Amino acid sequence: MLSIRNIVKQYAGHTALSGVSLEVESGQIFGLLGPNGAGKTSLIRIVNQITAPDSGEIFFNGEKLNQSHIERIGYLPEERGLYKKMEIGEQMIYLARLKGLSRDESIRRLKIWFQKLGMETWWKMKIEELSKGMQQKAQFVATVLHEPDLIILDEPFSGFDPVNAEIIKDEILELNSKGATILFSTHRMESVEELCDAIALLDKSKKILDGKIRDIKNTYRNNIYIIEYTGEKLNFNGAQPFELMDDIADVEGDHTIKIKLKTDVTSNEVLQYLIPQTHITKLQEVIPSMNEIFIERVNKIV
Amino acid sequence: MNKILLIIQREYVTRVRKKSFVIMTLLVPALFAAMYAVIALVAGDKDQTMHIVNVIDQSGDFRGKFHDQRFIKYNYLDESLASAKADLKNENDLLLRIPANTKDTAELFAKKKTTLSLADNIQNQMNDIATGVSLVKAGIDTVSLHKIKSNYTIKSTELTEKGEKSTSMGATYALAFAGAVLIYMSLFIYGAQVMRGVIEEKTSRIIEVIVSSVKPFQLMTGKIVGVGLVGLTQFVLWISLSAGISYALGHDASSVKSPIYSFIHNMGSNASYELMCFLFYWITGFLFYSALFAAVGSAVDSETETQQFMFPITLPLLFTYILSVSYLFTVPDSPLAFWLSIIPFTAPVAMMVRIPFNVPDWQLYLSMFLMIVGFIFTTYVASRIYRVGILMYGKKASYKELAKWFFYKE
Repeated sequence: MLSIRNIVKQYAGHTALSGVSLEVESGQIFGLLGPNGAGKTSLIRIVNQITAPDSGEIFFNGEKLNQSHIERIGYLPEERGLYKKMEIGEQMIYLARLKGLSRDESIRRLKIWFQKLGMETWWKMKIEELSKGMQQKAQFVATVLHEPDLIILDEPFSGFDPVNAEIIKDEILELNSKGATILFSTHRMESVEELCDAIALLDKSKKILDGKIRDIKNTYRNNIYIIEYTGEKLNFNGAQPFELMDDIADVEGDHTIKIKLKTDVTSNEVLQYLIPQTHITKLQEVIPSMNEIFIERVNKIV
Repeated sequence: MNKILLIIQREYVTRVRKKSFVIMTLLVPALFAAMYAVIALVAGDKDQTMHIVNVIDQSGDFRGKFHDQRFIKYNYLDESLASAKADLKNENDLLLRIPANTKDTAELFAKKKTTLSLADNIQNQMNDIATGVSLVKAGIDTVSLHKIKSNYTIKSTELTEKGEKSTSMGATYALAFAGAVLIYMSLFIYGAQVMRGVIEEKTSRIIEVIVSSVKPFQLMTGKIVGVGLVGLTQFVLWISLSAGISYALGHDASSVKSPIYSFIHNMGSNASYELMCFLFYWITGFLFYSALFAAVGSAVDSETETQQFMFPITLPLLFTYILSVSYLFTVPDSPLAFWLSIIPFTAPVAMMVRIPFNVPDWQLYLSMFLMIVGFIFTTYVASRIYRVGILMYGKKASYKELAKWFFYKE
């Protein structure tokens, strides 16, 4: 769907992107992660053809990115904004027409969206008369009205209250299920794990990690497990097939420990070792959250 | 191209729909009508009270020689000055004492301050009479003298290639003056509108949505053209409304000729030529300056920050404007006027001053050519600053910064 190859972008005095490559597959929800100033917005602006890269190429469905693709991309920038003194209806029609929709078609689609999101009464209102959350909702509609193949959302959930964030999330998922590819940038790791199929992590103008969420997590598995058992507290003398990392809790005969498997040992062997000694209530692999991976990778670079 | 049209349409429609546009459009002709009414009032407000001038002629030369006029009647007294003064009761009556010696000053007494025109009137008659009397005393026949006395007034006629044409110097000056003022004001008013539009898009942050759909250059061009059309619309409405009002008033108060009518009449056969020139310099001047205004708007975060960049833009205009209305129109063919009307920065104002005085064709064409080159150049420079500036927030731009932006690659 979107193939970003070796993008370099320099501004006077600093490098925003140095040789970033990404592959976004059709139908994916792709998360672009990274701390502030990592180059996310620069990359998004290049994909939107707002700025051009110094070198590198971008392919959209196999074609070199060009002006004709603008109508197939929808973009919600991080800094939201609409014309304050223009009526919502007129403004939405204008933005849709800039994306190549006809006037009649944009009115037809707007009516559907306004109804869906409970915005029917807003048509004649001016943006400045709406609350911030309402403005965001309107802008989201403007972003997707022309039914783009690729929807680019920069920090889509910032500024929404939890109820509206949920509504928007559902809309994003629905659009995705209808076939739209979604590329969004965020700091909110929980939304990444909830929504994304794949991610890329940018830091200091470089891509430091990318891939499918599951693959990334697999590579970050490090054979750490949490075990809960009931009964006498066990003492480990070194003969056990794992290393005790932490005694997490001992509450009224319920004990929680964190262990790391020794090399070439499976969790089954751990169970086999422990079952004769105590009553196991839980064994769970500790898979690092995206947040931990994020922090770990970013810190490693420093 | 289609998208530029959409942008032009939006810029135009939202501005024309604004209350301020409607108010301005109606207010200016209304002011004009009010001014017109005041002129009519002033013109009709002649001194209409009857004055009786009581003459005490101590020289004896003036008795019976003053001509009564519509509102001034002369009456000759034989009393002494003191008793005549005491008798002067009516506050519109006057007392004129003419001394025996013509070298002494005559005196005019009245209960009220006499108006200047009244005193002038009396003084002129006195001088005429005194001259007549002296001529007679010197033995010159006043009747034959009146026959040969000439009464010249000047009517100026300009010799042009198209033949002779009558001109009124007053109207020509007025035309030069009006052209310069109109161009100067509208460059500022509509240039500032472009700038405010750019700042509005930047501060409301809609800019990023728009430039993901169209190129910054398209947006800038659309905005400039849209605002320019608003300006032209306003001008057309002003002129037609003003003409309409003065036409209507002209019918009511037939004693005063409509100023617009007489103005257009005085422009004579050159009206269309002058109008075309005005339009040309209005359009190119607007394009020239509004591009710069757009660049300034893109470089700042709010209108209050525009000062430092506005100054160098407005300076040449202000300079030419002040020179034009105070000096240039008296010497429209001077080298200074020539150079100012050639350099695109100052040409729109300076050339408007010169046009009523018949500019040589080659100078006009050179100036027009440079105007076109000039606005293409400023648009190019401005668009390069603009495309970077609109996406820069929170950074206080310096001139050095602007120069850097200019050299950025896409």
